Amino acid sequence: MSLSNEQVLRVASLARIELTAGEAGDTLAKLNGILGLIEQMQAIDTSGVAPMSHPQELSQRLREDAVTEPDRRDDYQKTAPAVENGLYLVPKVIE
Amino acid sequence: MIHASLTELRAALDTQRISSVELATLFLDRIERHDPALNAFITVDRERALAEAANADARIATGESGPLTGIPLAHKDVFCTEGVLTTCGSKMLSNFVSPYDAHVVSRLKAAGAVTLGKTNMDEFAMGSSNENSHYGPVRNPWDPARVPGGSSGGSAAAVAARLVPMATGTDTGGSVRQPAALCGVTGIKPTYGVVSRYGMIAYASSLDQGGAFGATAADCGMLLNAMSGFDPRDSTSLDRPAEDVLREARREAGTTGPLAGLRIGLPREFFAEGMADDVRAATEAALTHYRSLGAQTVEVTLPNARLAIPAYYVIAMAEASSNLSRFDGVRYGHRAEHYADLDDLYRKSRAEGFGAEVKRRILVGTYVLSHGYYDAYYLQAQKLRRLIAEDFRSAFDQCDVIAGPTSPTTAWAIGAKTDDPVQMYLSDIYTIAVNLAGLPALSHPCGFGADGLPVGLQLIGNYFSEARLLNVAHRYQQSTDWHLQRPALAGEESGSAR
Repeated sequence: MSLSNEQVLRVASLARIELTAGEAGDTLAKLNGILGLIEQMQAIDTSGVAPMSHPQELSQRLREDAVTEPDRRDDYQKTAPAVENGLYLVPKVIE
Repeated sequence: MIHASLTELRAALDTQRISSVELATLFLDRIERHDPALNAFITVDRERALAEAANADARIATGESGPLTGIPLAHKDVFCTEGVLTTCGSKMLSNFVSPYDAHVVSRLKAAGAVTLGKTNMDEFAMGSSNENSHYGPVRNPWDPARVPGGSSGGSAAAVAARLVPMATGTDTGGSVRQPAALCGVTGIKPTYGVVSRYGMIAYASSLDQGGAFGATAADCGMLLNAMSGFDPRDSTSLDRPAEDVLREARREAGTTGPLAGLRIGLPREFFAEGMADDVRAATEAALTHYRSLGAQTVEVTLPNARLAIPAYYVIAMAEASSNLSRFDGVRYGHRAEHYADLDDLYRKSRAEGFGAEVKRRILVGTYVLSHGYYDAYYLQAQKLRRLIAEDFRSAFDQCDVIAGPTSPTTAWAIGAKTDDPVQMYLSDIYTIAVNLAGLPALSHPCGFGADGLPVGLQLIGNYFSEARLLNVAHRYQQSTDWHLQRPALAGEESGSAR
């Protein structure tokens, strides 16, 4: 399994990472190296094996539906590139 | 004082032979003198450290000190620290002053430990050499032309150069144990779920676990005791009674040898080809020493261990691609200066903010999770994960701990593997199966390789056997002096610490 240049650009688009045509070539070679390594997994017959998603196979804890966090909106918004009146600013999305 | 154990520092502080402010000053001056050559720290906050030290002195004066009160500490820059720059080694977070403390940070603050600064690391903890940091590579104190290992390379190098007596780290695929081995210090990764992940910037959530660096197993145990504990804010934090992981190490040794009856399993696969000759020699010598302490060695097998690398990289990259989607240039972190629309803002901010290795992992993760490939990659990796965990379960029927090398080689030259990610990944061969299974493991110094570079021995335990692992390493360190050897820093002589 190896990727084409087109597929790399498609994955980069899905991941919302701009990739210039120049970068795509080097990225393609390195990704194909990594996929080659990953490909070793396909040689193993895992039929009948249950997937393990987590080391501690516990169910998620439940808690009372209660307010536990104070309102610290101003503190949290201090780290944002652009805010106004408590809202995050982004470029216009609706014409 | 620089080379004193944490127990000795505790005694010195409690008997007022030194104040916490004096101790912090001693180490801060050392950082100022030696860190420009090592680059182990991203942030050093002298003023804040001295204020914390003054508070610690006040606590000590009123007799309210705990085991770590007044002792200097460094945090890997993956841990959010309120009011302090928290970069995670990335340009993406080069302007991120955290509004809150990670659970580990708040616990150590409550314990009265004095934070000197934040240590350098591979960007978003992705790397095995620390060369992926936006803030430049960390240099190995034993040879500045070599890597310190990664991703917690700054913490390991800082402890090895004794710029700080203890440091936190995180271990997703070996990121505490491997740099501990390459820098000649002790490092432990506990059972998954023992240390809260709250405020620890996520890489691969089902594998990430906080850990501790120190000169010795005893020092690591003191730090781990303070870091561990249930935290309802982490959904995978384990609600277990608090335990003292040094309880076994404190016990009097029996008359038949300190480790009499201990069965050490040696996985056949770890001793096959791939291990450098000097690492093999040091590992064998360590096992001989363990036998002299009363332990017996038995061969065990981990037949699926060779599949750990591909399974790990699929799972880690898939989880990373999901976790790192939060960096969008909107709520925090880097935002591109010029963009056409919202989508362009995302693409450009992420292209500029992430380094090459982080982008590669996000891309591979996105690909393996994408439509039509999920079963072949992610699901297959999770099935292999179970086979690997079951291998360990069977092995622990025949032994109490598993031993082997931590890294197949000693520290390599800076730049030697940067062009070939796959070669870099293969250096994690002995450490990553442990994370897939969620087991505890540590690395302790066990000798030196051909170039005078440290070699680490890895000890892997069954779930919740941290106390046993630390006891085993402690008995080894009581009767050897590898952990006391120190590197020659500029203007200092090498030699033994005590």
